[in-house]
Amino acid sequence: MPKTMFQKVWEQHEVAPETAATPAVLFIDLHLIHEVTTPQAFEVLRQKGLPVRRTDLTLATMDHSTPTRTEQVFGGVPVTATAAAKQVQQLERNCAEAGIELLNMRSNLRGIVHIIGPELGLTRPGRTIVCGDSHTSTHGAFGALAFGIGTTEVGHVFATQCLLQRKPKTFAINVNHKLHPGVTAKDLVLAIIGQIGVEGGTGHVLEYRGEAIRALNMEERMTVCNMSIEAGARAGMIAPDETTFSYLADKPRSPHGADWERAVERWRGLPSDAGAVFDREHALDAAVLEPMISYGTHPGMVIPISGSVPDRKGDPVFDKALAYMGFTAGEALRDRPVNVVFIGSCTNGRLGDLRSAAQLMRGRKVASTVRMLVVPGSQQVKAAAEAEGLDRIFIDAGADWRESGCSMCIGMNGDTVARGEYSVSTSNRNFEGRQGAGARTLLASPLTAAASAIRGRVTDPRELL
Amino acid sequence: MDKITTIHSRTVVLPASNIDTDQIIPARFLTTTTRTGLGKQLFSDWRYAPDGTPKADFVLNQPQATGCQVLVGGRNFGCGSSREHAPWALLDFGFRAVISTEIADIFRNNSLKNGLLPIVVDESTSDWLIANPGSEVSIDLEQATLQLPQGVSVNFPIDPFARYCLLNGVDELGFLLQQQERIAAYEQRHKDN
Repeated sequence: MPKTMFQKVWEQHEVAPETAATPAVLFIDLHLIHEVTTPQAFEVLRQKGLPVRRTDLTLATMDHSTPTRTEQVFGGVPVTATAAAKQVQQLERNCAEAGIELLNMRSNLRGIVHIIGPELGLTRPGRTIVCGDSHTSTHGAFGALAFGIGTTEVGHVFATQCLLQRKPKTFAINVNHKLHPGVTAKDLVLAIIGQIGVEGGTGHVLEYRGEAIRALNMEERMTVCNMSIEAGARAGMIAPDETTFSYLADKPRSPHGADWERAVERWRGLPSDAGAVFDREHALDAAVLEPMISYGTHPGMVIPISGSVPDRKGDPVFDKALAYMGFTAGEALRDRPVNVVFIGSCTNGRLGDLRSAAQLMRGRKVASTVRMLVVPGSQQVKAAAEAEGLDRIFIDAGADWRESGCSMCIGMNGDTVARGEYSVSTSNRNFEGRQGAGARTLLASPLTAAASAIRGRVTDPRELL
Repeated sequence: MDKITTIHSRTVVLPASNIDTDQIIPARFLTTTTRTGLGKQLFSDWRYAPDGTPKADFVLNQPQATGCQVLVGGRNFGCGSSREHAPWALLDFGFRAVISTEIADIFRNNSLKNGLLPIVVDESTSDWLIANPGSEVSIDLEQATLQLPQGVSVNFPIDPFARYCLLNGVDELGFLLQQQERIAAYEQRHKDN
C-alpha cells in the first residue's frame, strides 16, 4: 500500500496508535520554545512537581516581544515595554531551573524560532517538531511534520515529550511549471491561499508538490510552508531532496560523518510513494502567477498586483473588511500611497529575502513619505547580511536596520504601524490590528515591499528589476 | 478543571466569518504570564474606542450579553495564531461554548483542553442561530446535542476522549503520564533520530 510522506512520518512517531476511544500518542523529536507561550506551561510543571523529560530535545529562544533596537539589545538602554521585559526574564529563570538551553538576548545564535531551527541544523527531514506558535509549519519545508500547539500542549511535551493527536487528513497542492522572474515563493503561497481559502486546509496536512516546488531553494520552501496555517492547515510539508540535503550538510548541529550518511539514507525513503492517495488535491500553474498583494483583513483576500479589489455586493463581512482597509470594490491597489514598509518575520526574514530586497534597493532611496524597517530573522542572518554589505544598502537607502526578532509582524515589542497607516509587509497576517491597533497591512513579497518603499506607492517590482 | 455536563444559556452572536485570534485577544496583551484576567481584553479592538471607552454598538457591551455562556460566530472561528490566550479570554469573560460551522484546528484543541466547548453545526443551524441572537439553547455534552428553542435538537461531533476528559473534569496530561513505560520503550528503539 503506497504511503504519503505524512503517513510515514506519523507512523514512525506513534508511541501508541489512535483507537476509537483515544488519540494517538505521538513522540516529538524537537520542541522549540519562546517567551510568550511558555510561562503558564512551566507553572503547571512546578505545581505538579514534574521535570522536563527531554531537555536535550528542547531549545529556547526569545523573539516575539524582544526589542530590535541595538541599543536596547546590547547597549543597556532599558526596554520600555516592561511586561515584555518581565516575560523575557521569566523565560531565563524557567530555562535555568529546568536545564533547557536558551539562546538569550546576547547570543549570536538567537533569532525567530522558525529561522533558528533550520539554520542550526535541528530542523531535519522526518522529524516531528512542535512549538507554541502557529508558524511552526515552516519546518515542514524539510519533510518534517511540524505544527503549532497551545500552551497546555507545550506542558504535555515538557512532561512527556509526547502529544495526544488525532490523525489529520492529507491534501496535495500540485504546483506545475515554474515561477517567472520577479514572482516569488511568497507570491506563490499567497496565490494558493487565495485559491483554497483561509479555511481550505482545516483538518489537513498539506504536501506541496510539483515542478515549481522542486525548483525552490530551502529558504523559499520555508516561505511556502510557513503560510500553510493561513490556509487553515496546521502543517505543510515538502519532500526532502538534494536541495534539502545540501542545505543541511554544513549546519552546525546536523549529523556528521557516518551519522550523516545513515541519516541521508533514511531521508531518501521519506517522499510519498508513487500512487499514494491524498484525501484532497488541488493544482495550479506557477507560470501564470504575478506578484500578489493582499487587499483585505485575512490572507485569502489577495489579488495579482495589477488587479483590482473584487466586488462582492451584499456581503457585509467583505464590506467591513474593505471599510477597515479604506478600500472600495473595483479600485486598483497599484500606486496606492503607503506609509510603512516592513521586511522581516519568519515568513520572509532569511538571507535570501534580504538579498532580493537589497538587489532592488541598491543605489536607490526610500521615498520621503515612507518609514522602512528591515529586521533580519536571526542574529546569524544579520551577521551574514552585514558580511555582504546588505545593511549598508538598506541604511544608505534610508531604512532602519535592526536586531532580529518578530518585530512589526506582531507588534508586541513596540515596533508597530500607527492607526490608519498603510503597511506593505513581508509578514504573514493582515488581520485587523495585527501590526498595531488600527494598522492596515498589505501582505507582499520582499521584492514588492522594496519596490513600494522606493516609490512610496504600491509597486509591481518587475518595473524596477 | 471543572466537569462539564450541560450548559443552558442565551446566545451572543458575532456573525463575522474568519474571526481570528488576533481579534479575540490582540497580541499586545500576550505579555501576561498567567492564564487569568484576560476577559476584560476579550475582543478589545472591537469592544473599545481608541480612548478606552466601550463602544455602545458592540454586542458584548450591551446588557443582553450579560451572563451569556454561548457565543455563536461565523464560519472558521478562531483562525490564526496558536495563542491559548484566546480560549482563556473567552472563558474569563464567561463563555463556555463557541458555535460555528467551522472551527480552526489549533483553537479547537486549545478550547477542549480548557473546558470551552467548540461546537460545529451545519449551515442551516448556524444560519438560524445567527438570525436569532439571544436564543435560549441547551448543550448536553454526554449526548453531544445542541437543543434549539423550538425543541429542535442537533448532534455535534466531539472527540470521545476529549468528551471523557471534560465530563469527568480530568486533564489529558494524566493520561499521557500513564504512558511513561511505552514512551521509554519508544525512546530506547529510536536512539539515533
